[in-house]
Amino acid sequence: MSIQDEVSVLRRIPLFAHINAQKLKLLAFTSERIVFDPGQTLFMQGDEGDAAYVIIEGQADVLVNAAEGPVSVAHMERNAIVGEVAILCDVPRTATIRAITRLDTLRITKAQFLQLLTEFPELSIEIMKILALRLGRTTTELSEARSKLRSINAGQA
Amino acid sequence: MNPNLFKYVWQHTKRDQIWIIAVILISIPFGFMALDLPKLIVNGPIQGRGFTTPDATQRFMELKFTAPAWLGGGPVNIWDGIELGRMPYLVALCCVFLVLVCINGLFKFYINTFKGRLGERMLRRLRYELVDRVLRFPLSHFKKVKAAEVATMVKDEVEPLGGFIGDAYVQPVFLCGQALTAMVFIFVQNFWLGAIAASIVLIQAFLIPRLRRRLLVLGKQQQLTARDLAGRVGEVVDGIAEVRTNDGTNYERADIAHRLGRIFFIRYELYQRKFFVKFLNNFLAQLTPFLFFLIGGYFAIRGSLDIGQLVAVIAAYKDLPGPIKELIDWDQQRQDVQIKYGQVSEQFSPEPMMAQALQVATAGPVPHIDKAIEIKGLAVIDDTGAKVLEPVDMTIAPGEWIAAVGELNAGAEAMAEAIARLVVPTSGRIMIGDQSLQAIPESLTGRRIAYVGPDTYLRNTSLRDCLLNGLRHYPERPGTDAVKHHHLNLAEARASGNTSLDIGADWLDYQRVSANDHADMTAQLLAALAVVELEDDIFEFGLRSSPQSDVTADFEARILEARAALKQRLADESLSHLVEAFDPATYHVQASIAENLIFGAALHQSFTAEQLPDNEKVLSALAANGLDEKLFDVGRRIAATVVELFADLPPDHPFFDRLSFVRPEELPGYNVMLARIGPRGFAGAIKSDRAMLLGLALGYVEPRHRLNLLDDDLRDQIVITRQKITALIGPDAKQSFAIYDFEHYNLGSSLEANILFGRITHGLADAPARIRQEIRTTLLEMGLRTVIIEAGLGFMAGPGGKRLTQGQRQKIALGRALLKKPDILVVNRGLGALSPRTQRSIMQHVAEAQASTERKARMRMFWVLASPALIDMFDRVVVFHDGRISGDGKPDQLLTSNKHLKRLVA
Repeated sequence: MSIQDEVSVLRRIPLFAHINAQKLKLLAFTSERIVFDPGQTLFMQGDEGDAAYVIIEGQADVLVNAAEGPVSVAHMERNAIVGEVAILCDVPRTATIRAITRLDTLRITKAQFLQLLTEFPELSIEIMKILALRLGRTTTELSEARSKLRSINAGQA
Repeated sequence: MNPNLFKYVWQHTKRDQIWIIAVILISIPFGFMALDLPKLIVNGPIQGRGFTTPDATQRFMELKFTAPAWLGGGPVNIWDGIELGRMPYLVALCCVFLVLVCINGLFKFYINTFKGRLGERMLRRLRYELVDRVLRFPLSHFKKVKAAEVATMVKDEVEPLGGFIGDAYVQPVFLCGQALTAMVFIFVQNFWLGAIAASIVLIQAFLIPRLRRRLLVLGKQQQLTARDLAGRVGEVVDGIAEVRTNDGTNYERADIAHRLGRIFFIRYELYQRKFFVKFLNNFLAQLTPFLFFLIGGYFAIRGSLDIGQLVAVIAAYKDLPGPIKELIDWDQQRQDVQIKYGQVSEQFSPEPMMAQALQVATAGPVPHIDKAIEIKGLAVIDDTGAKVLEPVDMTIAPGEWIAAVGELNAGAEAMAEAIARLVVPTSGRIMIGDQSLQAIPESLTGRRIAYVGPDTYLRNTSLRDCLLNGLRHYPERPGTDAVKHHHLNLAEARASGNTSLDIGADWLDYQRVSANDHADMTAQLLAALAVVELEDDIFEFGLRSSPQSDVTADFEARILEARAALKQRLADESLSHLVEAFDPATYHVQASIAENLIFGAALHQSFTAEQLPDNEKVLSALAANGLDEKLFDVGRRIAATVVELFADLPPDHPFFDRLSFVRPEELPGYNVMLARIGPRGFAGAIKSDRAMLLGLALGYVEPRHRLNLLDDDLRDQIVITRQKITALIGPDAKQSFAIYDFEHYNLGSSLEANILFGRITHGLADAPARIRQEIRTTLLEMGLRTVIIEAGLGFMAGPGGKRLTQGQRQKIALGRALLKKPDILVVNRGLGALSPRTQRSIMQHVAEAQASTERKARMRMFWVLASPALIDMFDRVVVFHDGRISGDGKPDQLLTSNKHLKRLVA
């Protein structure tokens, strides 16, 4: 796949919708294309974050370490971006990402990503949207989990 | 060293000097005769004296003298000679003249060669003695001297001494002889002309040395400033990290410029004075012939001097200024070298110098140190006058393992250095049995005591040699390569007072490590590496190395086996897609265009990727089928893309980090170049532009740069050119690059690349790490780990071991110490650069290696620990505080009772 093909893939990703073609081409040119085999991890929870990945093709699991081992908390597929939290907030990776199928990604380094955010405020808003949606979902899930837990505890008592 | 140069020279070259003086004395009469003959020829056969009638004859070679009165007087005829007519007489005299010319020439030749040899031998002796003295310097002296200054003294400053030594005695005798001969001759011819010549010579002899006094002072200054300069340059090189990290380069530039300025003015003044003296000398020398012509001519016209005499005087005078001038030169040189020699010998005489007897080369096994080491009242004061060790008593019993702990420089370090003989006790002594450590030859202590300091200097040799250096004490067996002219070398070494030990011999002490041969020794080396946990590092060195010279067929075969095994392994684990193997018949997608063209690893500089666009042979090969134009287009499209994408970005934009083709500051240049090429294309492009764009194209890797610039036609054409390129380059191809061939070992590639035989596929997650792991597992399973480690032992340590990390140097130092199989191992904060965990595990390995030995017979240890965490591994702990021993006992007892130890542990 050449740069031109990558650019057309990137254009279809809502996150990059507002970025002009010239910049997308530059982003594609300076980013690394990495293919993961099924079962391979993109990064591990707790690692230092140095890059985000745009999924071009394939599916991945988002795993979080729990007492009984890694638990799948979400599912990612094409056009999604993963790993942006760690580079935005300078915190260790909050989850492990594992490829379910063959996963074709574009690796965007921290410096490139932050540069794009400053140049394209639209991108920042997109990122905010994504994060807010995730937070909303997490909050819903948390309250559901709490009420479940309460009913279990009530049942035991 | 004798402080007087003349005594020093005389002491070592007496016989040679006397011999050469005798030869010179013998040569003088011949010289005199050669001077006298022209007069005989001119006056006799040419002017006709004694040949008044056409058939007159003269006796040729008549030997007669007048007996002195006490023998009765009267003429004595030894030989009557031959009667010759005028013309034959001329011929005979001329022939004699020719013979004398030859004899004198040969004398000169012999004398000069002899003197040269004499001087060179003395120079060799002097240099050897200086280095010998450096080896015996008191170790504290090395804190005061700069290495570069010592090196210049040995190399440069004694050089003129060598030239002079050959002349020290000979030259004055020789020159005086010459000058006297000429002078006497002139006097014999005519007293007044002699008097003129003599008085001018006296003026010269009086005036010139006075003028030259300042020259001597300048010469001395020049010597000192030049030595300082060498010292400073040495400091800059050694301390380059400090200079660069502190932005100190301009201070250094100014300092060097200042020193060079001083040297310049000294030298310039030297030249001015030297040439003035030369001018004066020449003037005086020319003045004499003026007087000769004037006064001699006057006498000749008056008839009181015959023309032959005048010609002879002038001919003889030709030989006078030369020797006189050289004599004056000699005298100046004498004073000059006397000063230089004095300075050098002063610099090389620090006291107390180690006695020569303690460093005598000793063959074979030396006795073990099996007695207790008694340290009695040992005190050490360092060069600043600080007491680093107060009088201390201690005993190290056989087999004992002692840990020494304390604050930094609380005394433990000084104790370790004293046991290793690195510091001389200010008072007290270290006794081994009934002998003082200071009186034991180094051949015993250097082999039976091993010392590992905080940082070890490694020479720039292979790691193997670094490790084995502790085993080289004596030429144990003759070398494998017979040295040419060995006897001549030996005789010459003896004549110059050098050691006759042969550096070409095998110096390794196999016996001490109970090794029989090279293989045993290697096994010992590997064992030592395992103890100090250096195997992995050296294994990596081995994989990255490209051994060239010492590759055996067996080694190659094993690497090729590994190559095949890795291929099979990757296929078995369905990982083959991670590597694209080299296939001569297809385009290698993962490799650059350059690699696809050459299809081999560069052996010669001009075939590396950077040099390829300038390589005429490759260019002509490309031109042969029009590939140069196509690659030019590829380069142009790359340049255009880069310019298009990056043109508006500021140079510090993070996107530039990923741009491998060009540096941001080159971008405008590309823009200009593309405009310059414009529609004219390849045909109209200038050579440098072509090379630039070709360079861009050659570095292009399709899956990495993803610009979609290659099509099947171009790939095919590249593969076809690849197959032709060897033929096109011609007979040099073999030395230029090593072609990738599955059946053959590749001399231009590292071992790792040889085993991989291909390129790791781009863009597959973790592919490099997985392949790395597969290569290592394959080698381990095939039992090739030691083979690779052995290759890694060929890694060069770099000057001072700078290519290694400090931790690696410390490991090498400990490995080298253990390889010696010492009776006593002294470690002075020797593993400080390593983590406590690694230190403990290495300590455990050291202990395990001794486990099978009976306690009393095992290696003793005196280990100065950087942290007290490891004291549980020792029999006994000695706690140092303020230069005194504050506690001595078993580790667990002291941990509860000694307050200083408690504080250290806390």
